[in-house]
Amino acid sequence: MNINLTMLMQAAVFVALIIFCAKLIWPPLMRAIEARQKEIADGLAAAEQGKKDLSAAEKRIEEMLLKARTQAQDIVSQGERQKVESVEKGRTEAREEAARIVAAARAEVEQEFSRAKEKLRDQVAELAVAGAAKILEREVDPKTHAALLTALKQQL
Amino acid sequence: MTTESGLTPSSYMQHHLTHLAQPEHGGFWTVHVDTLLTTIVVAFLVFGFLWLVTRAATAGVPSKRQALVEMLLSAINNQVKEIYHGKSPWVAPIAMTAFVLVFFLNCMDFLPIDVMAKGVSTVGGEHAAWRFVPTADVNTTFALALSVFLMMIYYSIKVKGIGGWIHELFNAPFGAHFLLWIPNFLMNIVEYLSKPLSHSLRLYGNMYAGELIFLLLGMWAANSWLGVTLGGLLDLGWAIFHILIVTLQAYIFMMLTVVYLSMAHEHH
Repeated sequence: MNINLTMLMQAAVFVALIIFCAKLIWPPLMRAIEARQKEIADGLAAAEQGKKDLSAAEKRIEEMLLKARTQAQDIVSQGERQKVESVEKGRTEAREEAARIVAAARAEVEQEFSRAKEKLRDQVAELAVAGAAKILEREVDPKTHAALLTALKQQL
Repeated sequence: MTTESGLTPSSYMQHHLTHLAQPEHGGFWTVHVDTLLTTIVVAFLVFGFLWLVTRAATAGVPSKRQALVEMLLSAINNQVKEIYHGKSPWVAPIAMTAFVLVFFLNCMDFLPIDVMAKGVSTVGGEHAAWRFVPTADVNTTFALALSVFLMMIYYSIKVKGIGGWIHELFNAPFGAHFLLWIPNFLMNIVEYLSKPLSHSLRLYGNMYAGELIFLLLGMWAANSWLGVTLGGLLDLGWAIFHILIVTLQAYIFMMLTVVYLSMAHEHH
């Protein structure tokens, strides 16, 4: 066991190696490790976020689906109601129209009737006047008179 | 080596435990060329590999090599974070350097000693010496431990200021009474001395003992084919067990480094 210059030289080698290691080996490798760790952590966080987003989206989809379904149901039932309503309305309208038409026709008939009556009355009057004129012009002949009366009757 | 004539157990051991020293009798100015060169070559290979991996590093999908290095890095980083709560960006790389260097220098113990010695004697002559385990050389372990020791003092002064550090030397751990200044100081001296000593000698002792046991088992081969077989089996067993020791000692060395450095950051 003899201590000599070897010790100092070995110490120099050791210190040189420490400096080499601390400057050229440790920092870049540690950086690489840390960068990778960060990447992995980020990736895991992103995956977690994605999972969360996915479940949120699923929930939203479910909500939307539910809403759409109820909406569709509403629309269908509304349509149903509308259909019934419109049918009812059509029926009522048709009935009213029919009644109106009937009423109009009736009124027209009435009018026509009264007009005809009026006309008839006029004609009767005319005929009466004409008959009277004829009677007045000629001697009243019962036979002729009777014939006239028959004609009048026929004309009425 | 074992088949050469005139070889005694003690000469065998001695041969294996001799450093290639230059100059051979230079006192303090001797350099163990084998320790130094082995360390430099191993460090060059290992840290070169790490550097190549780092240069090709990507934050995307890592290659298998990158994954391996990153595993080591994050394991060390986690250990450091558990113990050290300061902000210095140097502590973790220091821990990593200590672990990687000590581990691979310890691993040189797995090289089969006699095969390596045969190679060395083929290249450098019969009496050429080359010890392959730098951490079984007390110079290496002291170099590492004293470097950590100096960093410890550096961080102590940096965090607490020179005044705070000296104040702490005299006022901790017993208390701030003036009668306790001397006991406090003595206690701190003991603590400061024991840290690098236990830090370095633990590693040195384990690796040196491991090497010795390989040598002792290697000597079985001097007896007969039975000795060769049994010695080989025991050698294998010890090598397998040594994997644990090598790793454990490197880990302990790193942990102590981190503990000492984080203790330097703490205020009493």
